Amino acid sequence: MIIAERKPLDEIKSFVKGLRRVLVVGCRGCVTVCNAGGTKEVELLASLLRLDASKDDLPLTVDEFTLERQCDPEYVDELSDLMDKRYDAVLSMACSIGPQFLSRRYPEERVFPALNTCFLGGALAHGIWAEHCQACGNCVIHLFGGLCPISRCSKSLLNGPCGGSAGGKCEVSKEIDCVWHLIVEKITREGRMEEFSRMDLVKDWRSSRDGGPRKIVRQELLK
Amino acid sequence: MTAVTAEKTETATIETKGWEPKIIAFCCQYCAYSAADMAGSMRLQYPTDVEIVLIPCTGRFDVILALRAFEKGADGVYVAGCLEGNCHFLDGNIRAKKRVNFLKGELAGVGFEPERVEMFNLSASQGPRFAEIANGFTEKIRELGPRPGKKI
Repeated sequence: MIIAERKPLDEIKSFVKGLRRVLVVGCRGCVTVCNAGGTKEVELLASLLRLDASKDDLPLTVDEFTLERQCDPEYVDELSDLMDKRYDAVLSMACSIGPQFLSRRYPEERVFPALNTCFLGGALAHGIWAEHCQACGNCVIHLFGGLCPISRCSKSLLNGPCGGSAGGKCEVSKEIDCVWHLIVEKITREGRMEEFSRMDLVKDWRSSRDGGPRKIVRQELLK
Repeated sequence: MTAVTAEKTETATIETKGWEPKIIAFCCQYCAYSAADMAGSMRLQYPTDVEIVLIPCTGRFDVILALRAFEKGADGVYVAGCLEGNCHFLDGNIRAKKRVNFLKGELAGVGFEPERVEMFNLSASQGPRFAEIANGFTEKIRELGPRPGKKI
């Protein structure tokens, strides 16, 4: 899923400074699962903004709404009735796709991102998320024992480990496992080191960002 | 320094004239809530400013409950759960403690004193401790004054 986290409160407060009517929009997709922008987080942010405004005796109204997803037009349409109320600003608590979809659908509105979109990853434990994919568009993890060296190696090496690997950790930080250490361990355990060493891989990067913004069109799904 | 303090105290007195703190206490049914009962049975005095909300475990406590309380006029909120290691649901009180600490940061972010929210631990047999906590916390909120922005 897409992992995001709320922007610093001061930055969000600067977005709504001097405004009177704000709508906070959550998303029940990835950001709900990573506890960054679901119904609960919308309620929390809206309450904090109201308390902040009341402290300074400012007439700020903060409404809340959470969409099923902000990255699908049919769900974004659900906001049309609310948008008639003419908000001074809309704070999107989705990944950065959300505010972009809201801006496109409601071009008259000022839409701000309330989250920082961080990476594609998974939960190692409740409250800990780690990057596991870089969306290169040409998955090769089966060649590396099911581990992704592109997203999980600091250098995205396809021929690691490098000299910075020590004790299973990356030289960039002791918090980062050296994925190449894990890959070699896994391949050795599977008894495939000989086959692995013979590999002559040239990664096709054309499916990655090098070709500019990407798009997928599936004719069988088009109306 | 003294002059500033005196001036501040004077302003606070004017602003808070007729103000009584409103405190919401989220109490676990297995300990603090029973301790409150005991404090009552023992005829111990504690301020009527403290309004108790019964929760099945402090693990049920959520940051938004406290924020709603502040929005509706509370000046202070505290969570009272079992002694650490004695939670009926194993770690509800540890989770609550983390949430209270998180909430302190959020409150500071909007200019509220983090001391307006606290976590306490006590057992069901500690009636006097319950009264002591209620008295102490109310006193602290009195010192802090009404919550920022509260209309009196």
